[in-house]
Amino acid sequence: MRSTDHLRLAAGAITAHPARSILTVLGIMVGIAAVILLTAIGEGVRLYVLAEFTQFGTNLIAVFPGRNTTLGISGATISTIRPLSLDDATALERLDQVTAVVPVIQGNARIEYGKLGRRSMVLGVGAGVPEAWQMPVASGSFLPGDNPGTARTYAVLGDRMRKELFAGVNPLGKRIRVGGDRFRVIGVMAPKGQMLGFDLDDTVYLPVSRAMEIFNREGVMEIDILYESKARAAYVEQRVRELLIARHGSEDFSIVTQDQMLEVLDSIMNILTLGVAAIGSISLLVGAVGIITIMTITVTERTAEIGLLRALGARRRNILLLFLGEAVLLGGVGGIAGTGLALGIILLLQILVTGLPLEIAWNYVTTALLFSLVIGILSGIAPAIRAAALHPLEALRAE
Amino acid sequence: MISLRKISRHYQQGGQQLAALQDIDLEIGPGEYISIMGPSGSGKSTLLNQIALLDRPTSGTYLLHGRDVTGLPDDEQARIRRENMGFVFQFFHLIPRLSAAENIEIPLVLSGVDSVLRKQQVAKAMLSFGLQDRSTHRPDQLSGGECQRVAIARATIMHPGTLLADEPTGNLDQATGKQVIDLLEQLNRQGVTLIMVTHDPAIGERASRRVKIVDGRISSDA
Repeated sequence: MRSTDHLRLAAGAITAHPARSILTVLGIMVGIAAVILLTAIGEGVRLYVLAEFTQFGTNLIAVFPGRNTTLGISGATISTIRPLSLDDATALERLDQVTAVVPVIQGNARIEYGKLGRRSMVLGVGAGVPEAWQMPVASGSFLPGDNPGTARTYAVLGDRMRKELFAGVNPLGKRIRVGGDRFRVIGVMAPKGQMLGFDLDDTVYLPVSRAMEIFNREGVMEIDILYESKARAAYVEQRVRELLIARHGSEDFSIVTQDQMLEVLDSIMNILTLGVAAIGSISLLVGAVGIITIMTITVTERTAEIGLLRALGARRRNILLLFLGEAVLLGGVGGIAGTGLALGIILLLQILVTGLPLEIAWNYVTTALLFSLVIGILSGIAPAIRAAALHPLEALRAE
Repeated sequence: MISLRKISRHYQQGGQQLAALQDIDLEIGPGEYISIMGPSGSGKSTLLNQIALLDRPTSGTYLLHGRDVTGLPDDEQARIRRENMGFVFQFFHLIPRLSAAENIEIPLVLSGVDSVLRKQQVAKAMLSFGLQDRSTHRPDQLSGGECQRVAIARATIMHPGTLLADEPTGNLDQATGKQVIDLLEQLNRQGVTLIMVTHDPAIGERASRRVKIVDGRISSDA
């Protein structure tokens, strides 16, 4: 018996009962659509979060003072920990393959211009910010690379800060007060938006040494190191570690590379996607039960037909493939319809709701499609075996 | 050439052994017209099922064209049925969702015949059984006589040597039954062995050889 005939007969049997076939297909369809939709949301969230974390560039290594020990006391054993100094930052700058070093100190201070004023975030940084954090300057220029000891009292404003303090006025060259000290505005950053709750637009950027004076700090909170994109993160990390150990006498700092951070995030997000896929699979399971039910009924209904086919010389294998073919067709059609439905909904959502983190997870789409066929096979196998095992004589009498 | 040697068929029923057939010896030559008659429960259908290879004997040997087919595996017996035997049933056994043409086509489909060739053979068969304008009709749109004609067309599409008919007129009125018998006899005259089970003496007497079964034994063979 030819496989095209198997398929044709199976399809004929399915279309002979349109209503119940459609209902069965609907079960699988909903399941497949649920898996694809949920994984699209999972994948969308994953990419969204990753984008949030890579918006400051990917070739970054951050050094923090203090070492995370297994005891969980990092900053408590202060006596043995040397702060990260500006000299450390200057030394790191001279490392091979390092293109920019940004010492960072963050605080909160009152910002005033004329009669306007309020408290806001102040970032003491080095000259490398636009390059290292991938934040372009909208007008003027960023802080110059002055010697820390003699840094000029310049300030750069975040976009929102400029709008609030200098509505309709060109801020360049104007003098503002930060925590009581006077600074001259030399640049405005392009809008960047929020990053995990920090509004980088509502910020004033000062030379790091000046900020340390304002906040009365000995060391910086973080040193960001930008390295050449062709350099290996592990190599640069090793060089940074060696240099700082040489300067501090021990490893009293922590190094976090962007790669490590992204890896951890990525794996968390992948598990999230897997989790929602598992939830969607429950409805697939229900669909599979639908196929089992309908195939069991079909075999019972068509016992006489099975007997006839066997009497006319059909082999057991023919009967098996015939009923298995029906189940696979039900599953496959459900899978294709479900995929179409899900893709349609996703496209519609992307058009109607902009900015929704939806990303079609193609690997899950293909998996779901293949899975629908597997479901067809699995749910059809038991009824098909039962049909093939029927004795032709007893099956013939079943009318 | 069909030859049954000491064929017995016993059933287990309620802890009791029932002998449906006992030591049947039967030789049927090619082209014969033979009727198997007997009261209900006598074992005539059981005998037909043995000849049809639809059931296995408890003991005895079945030689088909000199070959022992008694213990052959299921699939091999299926192949022998497909190539050597045509079946005509009392209740037609047509597949309700398939058209008349598709029903006739089934044995060809099962043997893997190419679909173009199939269509030609089916068209020819429909014409010779006077069903040419019924090809797209489904069984529920056909009369009883037409249904049995479709069934006979299906039984003969593979040009089998033997036609096995189990009460072929049992579900038809007198006139239609007569037509069906005429058709079967006509096929027999063309050389097909015709074995017919019936409880209707008027039909059974028409056969050139009449086998009577009583209580699982052949009581007369003439």
